Amino acid sequence: MLYILCPHCGSRSQNEFAYGGDATVKRPELNKEISDQDWDNFVYLRKSPRGKHLELWHHISGCRQWIKVERDTSTHEIFKTYKADEITE
Amino acid sequence: MQKYSVFSLIKNAFSDHQNWEVAWKDPTPKKEYDVIIIGGGGHGLATAYYLAKEHNITNVAIIEKGWIGGGNVGRNTTIIRSNYMHDDNALFSEFGMDLWRKMSQDLNYNVMFSPRGIINLAHSDAQMNAYSRRGNSMRLNGIDAVLLNREEVQKRIPMADFSDNVRFPIFGGLMQPSAGTARHDAVAWGYARQADSMGVDIIQNCEVTGFDVTNGKIVGVRTSRGDIKAKKVGLCVAGSTNILAEMLNMTLPIETHLLQACVSEPVKPLLDHVVTFGAGHFYCSQSDKGEMVMGGDLDGYNSYSQRGNLPTLQHVLTEGIAMFPFLSKLKMLRTWGGIMDMSMDGSPIIDKTHIDGLYLNCGWCYGGFKATPASGWTFAHTIAQDRVHELNAGYSLNRFNTGDLIDEKGLGTKTWIS
Repeated sequence: MLYILCPHCGSRSQNEFAYGGDATVKRPELNKEISDQDWDNFVYLRKSPRGKHLELWHHISGCRQWIKVERDTSTHEIFKTYKADEITE
Repeated sequence: MQKYSVFSLIKNAFSDHQNWEVAWKDPTPKKEYDVIIIGGGGHGLATAYYLAKEHNITNVAIIEKGWIGGGNVGRNTTIIRSNYMHDDNALFSEFGMDLWRKMSQDLNYNVMFSPRGIINLAHSDAQMNAYSRRGNSMRLNGIDAVLLNREEVQKRIPMADFSDNVRFPIFGGLMQPSAGTARHDAVAWGYARQADSMGVDIIQNCEVTGFDVTNGKIVGVRTSRGDIKAKKVGLCVAGSTNILAEMLNMTLPIETHLLQACVSEPVKPLLDHVVTFGAGHFYCSQSDKGEMVMGGDLDGYNSYSQRGNLPTLQHVLTEGIAMFPFLSKLKMLRTWGGIMDMSMDGSPIIDKTHIDGLYLNCGWCYGGFKATPASGWTFAHTIAQDRVHELNAGYSLNRFNTGDLIDEKGLGTKTWIS
């Protein structure tokens, strides 16, 4: 069982959360000339690293806020959690 | 190589089975090979076997960081099927079914292929319509498919929940009678033994630490047991593909996720087929030892840990009990996890790459085991001829760029949900 520190509610079990994937992916800006490769990068290509991974989680059975979680994908250790709009290092 | 037969069995009985040849050797890596296959799982071993057998390329090494058969080929639920709707998947898998049927003779190794049939249960009229469409597509591609109504399903699996007040009543199902199971370890060992006998070096406990690429061409592999030169290198490391891709500065349409499976204590024979729950993600068959072999959803977040988390297991088994209530009475014998490549359209990639002499075989999602022979056969062709075969032409790496996706389930890029 993962315990995730929601920045709004405190430590809760993973059962309250839904996963939202890689948080480092950026949608290409609108109203700009965007190449197919840019869309490919955004929609399909993922680093999926072994080790530290910044990812989105949705506290769907809690405060319903999206948050960012920095987690190790091989040990599941959670280093830090952020509010969705917080700047991450 | 010593041939396995009833006569060799009797002969060796006289010497207390002390004089059997080793099934494969433990060589030290040579300085150079024509082809290096990274990954000694089912796909890598099959690739080496077909390189030697079909293309007469025997100066081949398989490099495996652990031991052969210790990854996903030993961690799956052994299901073999070709019940796909899209042509690319259907023709590829059905080609594989032919190889499965001949495999025990071909490898002189009993892989215990058991074509016991798979039934996908339907729980609504809409799902029956969808299965009818999929079944028709399968039949157009020459794959056997039978649409079963509720009574026909009940005759085959009477232990399923056919009572009145269930959340997901069984409306019927789609059956592929020629689908089945096989002994997964035997597949790895059988391919390894034959590949070894034709001159392939199987090098275990040898981890790849880097690649040597010069002028856009692969020239060798750096490993924990020294640098090895190679004219061609094939990646067959589903579950670790992203780690090797990072060494090559490649970003792939793949995320690495954990899938769990489990077996119950053994019970008397009661389930003749492989059965899947249609209102969730759960599948079940009974092993020859009598254990119920079960699996279902991914753990749901990127993972390289090869061990599972209980909430997912509980969720999956809840679905199992909804389908087969008797499962609640069984004790669990064993649970385990394997890490897999989840591709962005649910279909695999077998293709060349932008690096000359580097070939990619990855993205098998939930369906790697059943694809073992066809994957090895087509990957060997791709490496030997330096061009894709028509069977794996659809499994291209650039389909995500061109939009030619093979999205069998129409689930999109949320790989952890699919």
